[in-house]
This record gives sequence, structure tokens and C-alpha cells, in this order.
Amino acid sequence: MAIQAKELTKDYKYGFSDIDVSVFRTAKGLSPEVVASISQHKNEPEWMLKFRLKALDHFRKRPMPNWGADLSGLDFENIYYYVKPVEEMSRSWDDVPDSIKQTFDRLGIPQAERKFLAGVSAQYDSEVVYHSIREDLEKQGVLFSDCDTGLREHEELFRKYFGTVIPPNDNKFAALNSAVWSGGSFVYVPKGVKVDIPLQAYFRINSDNMGQFERTLIIADEGSSVHYIEGCTAPNYSSDSLHSAVVELVAHKGAKIRYTTIQNWSDNVYNLVTKRAIANENATVEWIDGNLGSKVTMKYPSVYLMGEGAHAEVMSAAFAGNGQHQDAGSKAIHVAPNTTSNIVSRSISKGTGRTSYRGHIKVLPKAHNVKVSVRCDALLLDEESRSDTYPYMDIDNPDVTIGHEASVSKVGEDQIFYLTSRGIPEQDATALIVNGFFEPFVKELPMEYAVELNRLLALSMEGAIG
Amino acid sequence: MTQAVLSISGLHAAVEGKEILKGVDLEVKQGEIHALMGPNGSGKSTLAYTLMGHPKYVVTGGSATFGGTDLLPLTADARARLGLFLCFQYPTAIPGVSTVNFLRAALRAQGKEMPAREFLNRLSTEMKELKIDESFRSRYINDGFSGGEKKRMEILQLAMLRPKLAILDETDSGLDVDALRTVADGVMRLCGPDMGVLVITHYPRILEHLHPDRVHVLHDGRVVTSGGADLARQIEREGYEPILGTAAAATA
Repeated sequence: MAIQAKELTKDYKYGFSDIDVSVFRTAKGLSPEVVASISQHKNEPEWMLKFRLKALDHFRKRPMPNWGADLSGLDFENIYYYVKPVEEMSRSWDDVPDSIKQTFDRLGIPQAERKFLAGVSAQYDSEVVYHSIREDLEKQGVLFSDCDTGLREHEELFRKYFGTVIPPNDNKFAALNSAVWSGGSFVYVPKGVKVDIPLQAYFRINSDNMGQFERTLIIADEGSSVHYIEGCTAPNYSSDSLHSAVVELVAHKGAKIRYTTIQNWSDNVYNLVTKRAIANENATVEWIDGNLGSKVTMKYPSVYLMGEGAHAEVMSAAFAGNGQHQDAGSKAIHVAPNTTSNIVSRSISKGTGRTSYRGHIKVLPKAHNVKVSVRCDALLLDEESRSDTYPYMDIDNPDVTIGHEASVSKVGEDQIFYLTSRGIPEQDATALIVNGFFEPFVKELPMEYAVELNRLLALSMEGAIG
Repeated sequence: MTQAVLSISGLHAAVEGKEILKGVDLEVKQGEIHALMGPNGSGKSTLAYTLMGHPKYVVTGGSATFGGTDLLPLTADARARLGLFLCFQYPTAIPGVSTVNFLRAALRAQGKEMPAREFLNRLSTEMKELKIDESFRSRYINDGFSGGEKKRMEILQLAMLRPKLAILDETDSGLDVDALRTVADGVMRLCGPDMGVLVITHYPRILEHLHPDRVHVLHDGRVVTSGGADLARQIEREGYEPILGTAAAATA
């Protein structure tokens, strides 16, 4: 088993690291001084410093969550909370320091930007080092920057929404993020503007013992639409890193936000993320959430359906290899009448990997004529792999239609035999079955990501026995 | 003298510890059509699975060679790459894997890859021949297919992969008269000097279309008699009893 784990690590092609290029980092560990130093370093207004310090208080008062994955390996005092890689953010790749540029070159970022993206943001440790947006979108008033720039240049707009979807005392890790946040994306799409091709943010942890706490805030004004994609990788270090983001989405009347994540952290990263959206009248929010990497992930993208006719769509896929625990799922809170949600989850466990689906559906008393559909399917590749389902339902209105289906299956001997009888070697046959199982998720991705995801899956499957 | 493509001698095989094949002898020459008949439980499907290399079917004695190569140590995929094909009685669904992707993967694995345009043209032609709707290209393999659609899809794979020997495991079961004709015509179109067929069936009906060179009767894990096409007609008229004896047929 140890050999298999090693092989997997070896196959993680993003596991390379660069030399430490940081220009500033806070002292290890967490204290009001560290928090103040981050705020000061960013020249933030007084209200943000207060916000951060209050959040630190919340963080300290809250106990560690004990209902999900095992977090006992996390040592908050052994983490760098802020590591600044460069002095200035660049708007041209030429200005990005070579060592960092090489990293993103190897990840294919500038190439992807040229081919099919409307804007790109690349965060390296605590700061966004590169940022660009298509000129025509900028002219239409679309804002796409890192969150710090959002605060600096659009303080009023920023402050109106920041922390309103996920307040700092929401949970322990949202509190931690609120105290030490840095980077992330700030997106504003004005009324009626449709951003037709995706905006992408890329998150890279480079430093050892690093905590990355990006903060993302996306506001889609009335009748607008936007698709935001994020990808994440990190080097393989022997000690653990922490990634704890907060992502807030606000979809105004008739707006549509699609948020796609391909999380491929190395297997030493604790990935504890809070993602929540507010969907107003007739708005649609879609979370397309893929979790392949990390040591532990706890992430439950949520939608609060606040306006009549709002719709939530959550499509998630998780793959847990040896030693990984993907505790993921979704929440839909139906506050308004005539709202709908559709949740589809697919998970695969291999070796000692473990997946959990944790879902919460809540229908408030005033929300009549609500339609909910939840479907979660798990696939186990080995005898020792494990999958659990924790679906919570909280229904306070009798006028609802709820469908819930769940299944756990194993890769069948007969399926393998069928494919191998056509000449396909067993390993490829297993990969075909696994890819097929993720197909409903993969077909939601832009083609370039679908190809990459299938390739990553094939890599993770090497050495798997059906 | 035509060479034997499949040569089975004294083959014994067990499933979950229970011996089902008890010394099968059978030889199929290049390009021939053979029928393997026999009552339920005689071991016909077990022979098919054993030859294809299903891991549940354990060979306990005897030999089987394919084009001179010993089949028995090989995994199923290696056997397929030698040119052996099994038309499944109950094809398995693979959700999420489209017919097109599946066929391309199989062709690639067998070193029979062709340019995309040629592949799609051939697929189109074969699908028309088998009266399979174009929409099945992108449908997930056998997922939600009817019994008849599954059988046609098996023949489509046969047509695309062009093996040296196709074993049809009760391909006729569950087909109506028209579907049976389509499937049988499809097989007849494909077989010839390059492809032989071993058709496993209960019923002589399919043999009206396939015109076997040889007919064998399997009973209690052994080939008990062999003959020409007449043997199938005799079985149709009189059943298995005169061949196997009353007692044997009753226990079968």
C-alpha cells in the first residue's frame, strides 16, 4: 500500500516546487499582531482591520468542527498566514518574475488565456501576481480583479457585499479566512452584460507550511451572466498546508452565475472552503465542483434561494485516492416560493480513499411549490475504499416535491470483462468505467478542462485494480 | 488443408468450485461456421466464457489453442487481440461510455485504429446494415438498450472489430423474427474465409440463416455427438432425447 501511495504522489505532475521567492512573510502562527500586519501591509481602511480582528476573535472562540473529516493533523501555530511573492501585481506576463512565470507556464495558464478565456487571474501563495481582462469587457464595465484591488478601487461596492453572504462568524474556517484573507477574485458584472466566455482564476500554493486564504466575491447584476472557473495545485511537501477560502456569490434578479472548480491540490493540503451563493428572483446559480486532490476536503457549496423563481444547480464530482478524504456535498436553502434546486453528486473512492456526501436541503415555511432533486452516486474501486452519505432534509412547507436517490456500486467484474473481451487492457477498461461514471460532470466542463480532467483521472487510476 | 483456428482438447473448467466442462473436444477450421447445441445447463455458455477468459471460469484441465497460440495463460484482452470475439448473451451496460468512444478504444487496443473520417464512415455503413439508429453512436454502451438493441450492438462491434473467430452466445435468444433475420444476415455478411463462427444456441431456427458446416451437441460438459447441418434439423424434429437418451434429457 505504501508503494501505491508513493506511485500516486509521483504521478501528481504539479508536485514540483520553486525556490522561495517571497518578498515578505508574516511570522509563523496566528495572533492579532499577524492579522494587523497583513492589514497594514495592504494599506487597508480601518473598517477592514476591525473586521479582521473581530473575525480572529470568532475563530478563537469557535471549537473545531468534529462532525466531518479528521482535522486533528492541523496545527494552526505551524502555518505562515501571509506570504507575499512579489512587490507588484502584473498585467503582462513579461513582468511576472521568471521563476513564478515558469510555474504558470508549466500549468498552461498563459496559453489557455490566449485560447479561450475572457480574463485570467493567477494567485501565487498569498497574492495575485498576474491579472488580465479582455478589453471589451472592461469597457462594458465588467470588473475582474483580485479582492484587494476590489477593496482599494471600488470600496463602496465592495463593502456593500463583502461578508454579507458568509458572515465572519459563520463557521470556524470562514472566521479564519475573514481574519487573514488575501487575494482571490472580485468580479462585478453590470446589468444585462453577458460574459460569454469564462473568467479564470488560478491558485497555486508554493511555500511550505503555507496557508492560502483567498477571498472571492462575485456580483452578477440584474439580467447579467458570468462563468468563473478556478483551478488549484500545490507542490508535494512533507508537511501540510492549509487552504481555506471564502467564496461569496450574489446573483441579482434574472442573473446567472456558473462557478466551476477543479480542485487538484497535492495530497498534503487541508482544503476547508466555504462557498455560498444568494440567488434572487429568477436568478440561477450553478456550482460545478470537482475535487480530485488534497488530503482532506470539506466543502459544501450552497445556494440560498431568496427570490421567487430562483434556481440552484450543483453538480459535483469527487475522487479520493489513498489517504484522501473528500467530505463534500451541497446545500440548498429554499427561502422563497417557486424555487427549484437540482443536486447531482458523483464520487469515487480508491484504495484507502474515502468520500462522503453531506447535503442539506431546507425549505422554509413560506416557500411553497418548491422542487428539489438530489441524486448521489458513489463508486468504490477496492474492498477497503469507503463512501458515506449524510443527506439532511429540513422541510417546513408541505407543498414541495422532493426526489432523492442515492447509490453505491463497485466496478463490476462483468463490466471489466466486457471491455477486456474487446481487447482493452484491464487498466484502460477501469479508466473508461471511471471516466464514464464522471461523464455527467465532465460534460459540464469546457472542452479543454474535460480533456485535462480525464487525463488526471487516468493518472490517478494507474495501478488500480478493478 | 485449412488450418484449425480454434482447437480444444479435453477441456475441463469449473465455476465457483463446481466442474461444468468435463473434457470438451472441438476444432474449428479457418472460416468455418460451427454450431454448438445442447439443452439448458449442458455447459455451452460456460465454454464461451472459458474460451474468452472470464476470471470466474477456472480451467482445471485440457488445452485450448487459437491459431496455434495457447489461449489459457492469456487474459481476456490478449485473447481478443489474437482475434477471438464473444457476442454476449447478456451484454453489460457501461454508463457514461459512448458507443463511439468504446469502439475507438477497442480498435486502438487491437492495433486496428483508423483515421476518424474512415472510422465514422464505416460505423455509419455498418449501423445502416444492422438497422441501428444513428443516435446510438453517442448513447452509452448498452445503457437502457432493449434486448434486441443489445444484440444488434454486439453484431455492430463484431462488424467493426473483424475478428478471426466469433463466438455467438445465444445471440438468437429474445429476438423476434425480423430482428433475428437482421442479426443473422449481419453475421453471414461478415463470415467468410477470414472469419469463422461458433454459434451457441438452443434453437435450430438461427441455423436456417447461418448454414453451419458442422453441428455439435454438448451435454453434461462434453461434446457427445457431431454432424452436418442435418443434425440440427433432426434436433428440430425430434428434440435432444433420441441423441442423449431419455434419462439424460430428463435430467438436463
